[in-house]
Amino acid sequence: MDINAYLNEHENKSLLRVLTCGSVDDGKSTLIGRLLYDSKLIFDDQLSELRKASEKNGTTGAGKIDYALLLDGLKAEREQGITIDVAYRYFTTPRRKFIIADCPGHEQYTRNMATGASTADAAIILIDARHGVLTQTKRHAFIVSLLKIRHLIVAVNKMDLLDYSEEKFHAIEADFREFTRQLNIPDIRFIPISAIEGENVTHQTGKTAWFHGDHLLTQLETLDISDSQNFHDFRFPVQVVIRPNPDFRGFAGMITSGVIRKGDEIVALPSFKTSRVKTIVTPDGHFEEAFSPQSVVLELEDEIDISSGDMIVKKGIIPHISDRVEARVIWMSEKPMRSGDKYLVRHAGKNTQGRIAELQYDIDVNTLESRQVRELPLNHVGRIVLETNSPLFYDYYRDNRSGGAFILIDPITNITAGAGMIRPAHRAGASNHEQGKESINAFVAGDERAEMFGHGGRQIYVAGEDIEPARLFARQLERELFRLGAHTYGLDYRSEGLWGRSAREIMNVAGLLSEAGVMSVAVLPGLPALPLKAHGIFRVWLGDVNGAPETADRIIPIQEAGKMSAALLARTLFVDFDH
Amino acid sequence: MNKNYKLSQLRQLEAESIHIFRDAVSQFENPILLYSIGKDSSVLVHLAMKAFYPGRLPFKLLHIDSTFKFKEMIAFRDRFAQRHNLELIVHKNQEGIDAGVTPFNYGSRKYTDIMKTQALLQALSAGGYDAVFGGARRDEEKSRAKERIFSFRDKFNQWDPKNQRPELWNLYNGRINPGESVRIFPLSNWTELDIWQYIRLEKIEVVDLYFARLRPVVRRDGSLIMVDDDRLPLSPGETPEMKMVRFRTLGCYPLTGAVESTATTVEEIVAEMLETRLSERSTRVIDHDGDASMEQKKREGYF
Repeated sequence: MDINAYLNEHENKSLLRVLTCGSVDDGKSTLIGRLLYDSKLIFDDQLSELRKASEKNGTTGAGKIDYALLLDGLKAEREQGITIDVAYRYFTTPRRKFIIADCPGHEQYTRNMATGASTADAAIILIDARHGVLTQTKRHAFIVSLLKIRHLIVAVNKMDLLDYSEEKFHAIEADFREFTRQLNIPDIRFIPISAIEGENVTHQTGKTAWFHGDHLLTQLETLDISDSQNFHDFRFPVQVVIRPNPDFRGFAGMITSGVIRKGDEIVALPSFKTSRVKTIVTPDGHFEEAFSPQSVVLELEDEIDISSGDMIVKKGIIPHISDRVEARVIWMSEKPMRSGDKYLVRHAGKNTQGRIAELQYDIDVNTLESRQVRELPLNHVGRIVLETNSPLFYDYYRDNRSGGAFILIDPITNITAGAGMIRPAHRAGASNHEQGKESINAFVAGDERAEMFGHGGRQIYVAGEDIEPARLFARQLERELFRLGAHTYGLDYRSEGLWGRSAREIMNVAGLLSEAGVMSVAVLPGLPALPLKAHGIFRVWLGDVNGAPETADRIIPIQEAGKMSAALLARTLFVDFDH
Repeated sequence: MNKNYKLSQLRQLEAESIHIFRDAVSQFENPILLYSIGKDSSVLVHLAMKAFYPGRLPFKLLHIDSTFKFKEMIAFRDRFAQRHNLELIVHKNQEGIDAGVTPFNYGSRKYTDIMKTQALLQALSAGGYDAVFGGARRDEEKSRAKERIFSFRDKFNQWDPKNQRPELWNLYNGRINPGESVRIFPLSNWTELDIWQYIRLEKIEVVDLYFARLRPVVRRDGSLIMVDDDRLPLSPGETPEMKMVRFRTLGCYPLTGAVESTATTVEEIVAEMLETRLSERSTRVIDHDGDASMEQKKREGYF
């Protein structure tokens, strides 16, 4: 064997991360054991230990090797015979290197499956051919779709016990397809296998002559996963600022999506400062271009203030920016989630305080039906509105996994309580953009105006315990919006005098201005009672949380009101509008 | 358009490890890198230096000297630290030394506990570190396969395999209370083959003991033990013989078995690895103390 050629080949192989999931007795561990064994990844000492263990605990009968025992790592599991946590396995073939996240099938451990699924490119779901599609199978398929794994292989196992019946295999396939019609999984394949006999795992022995597909290993080796990478939206969460000497300041991070070239125009968030990439620095020399998932250091043309937790993006491809997002969450904590609960949000390498503003509903993972609930218990999937103290720079999870994923950390126990995936807001209506263009005789439509202005209309009301600080803040806020290029108008409340305007008048004018695409900032003695969360309305209360009216969208303590908070809020309002 | 944007598996592993180092430094105040002198440690430090290039390593290295390390390892360690201008802390369990603890009088299990596990815990609590980088890989051993990349340890430095924090995407939860800590394993997804591959690619220096040389060894319970100094008690009639051997892992010389080999380059080691069919840790005496013994040690604080 030419070892140099072998090493060069191994070095340049591609990597596939695969999730395997199945119910307790589907034979998943046996399947993985078989893959490792057939690709010669089991060492002699492990094999002899395995023979010993098979005698003692094995379930396969005298003389046969129980491949499953090779995998069940922890003592408690070994005794119970159930895999209770995610275990990672590694094997390599001449074509590819594989990382397998071996996930439990037990009902209680959905969270572990989500853990394994979060980094997987492809998933294998095992079905016991004798039992067909079970509740757990559906749950697994749902989680695969929830975490946006685009490639799913359904391995129908134990075909040996059904005499490799083509009819039974197709019945299971039809059943599964029926259920997954509602799920958005672009690539689903079915393979009849017998993990114990090895049929269609790493070779074909002719027992399933009616099956014309490749065996499992070939499918894994040839799966094209380039469609799951996002090379469009350049996102670079800054992890560390590197300053070895006064002449060099570089921003270290991983390109979580997209591509960057030397000379590209960038925007730093949240400061919105712009610059250009001066050099892409790595220990292996400067790069002309770098792409996801490379870890690099960016040096910029201008000295702009960027620190750990900030994000660098490309000009023209800005992420969504909001302190209020809708998301699906998988709940992982014993303590159920309730609306109003506070958690720490970790998103794109940054922690921020968050609050569950709404628990909209719990999705039944078996039927995919939603129902309204007061709390979300462990292993349930729900839909929430999350509010954060500082705005998140995010993408929708469906477009960009790293840009749309977050975890919720319990601030008391520090455990990871939930995993979230940001998605488009519910009430964002369909755009009538096309219609506006068709009817030439119509007036300029709201969408057209929004596109021209770069923002939509808004009615922003500021009130507080004391009107003077509220007035000052409203002026600061309008200034900041104006500075960002927004079309603004200030509306001041005066109870008397020549220029006095009543609250009623102000609200009428603000409504009209909003239709005209303008962002108006109005000062009022109290927050107006308008339809809850009506379109484009944002109410700011200056003062103590306890005294704040129910209708406030944002509460700012008097001592925190100022240029900084106004600038931050302005950015949020400027970018976060509903199309 | 995407066809040029492909990263080889090794470069992906590298990028992931660098991301982990930087993430940890952004989340913790007082991290330390546990340096064991072995090949994995060499790779670990190399990746750490890459992560903060062109800056300096923002943390120190800690070596737990159990007093029975191979002489060559200690010499390599000091050279390595000096060459790369690294700050190195060496800790020995003085109480253990005073009590005269050796693998011969206390047995391998107790010796390891006192001179390695206890020594490590002493050094960690003295330094007040909130994060400890280690070079463990998931493919080394069954219980490691389930370990998180950020692995939480309670006030007593204990690992609870049933109560691990779920770890999703690359969002590592580094939140802890005072006194608690996190062990961080940037090499989690590397295999033994990847390590050698990377050493070859990046020309990383490793201790010469990994390469086959003529060395004085005695055969004990099926293991070839190198007579590294005169502290190894020889039974009557037992005489060291010179054999062409190398080591697959490095630890305390009386507890680390050598394998007979002619491999003197990385390429030859890999070639042997592909042919011989023994898993890496099988040359470690302590792992065979009983079924599940590694898991037990990890629960107690061993790395």
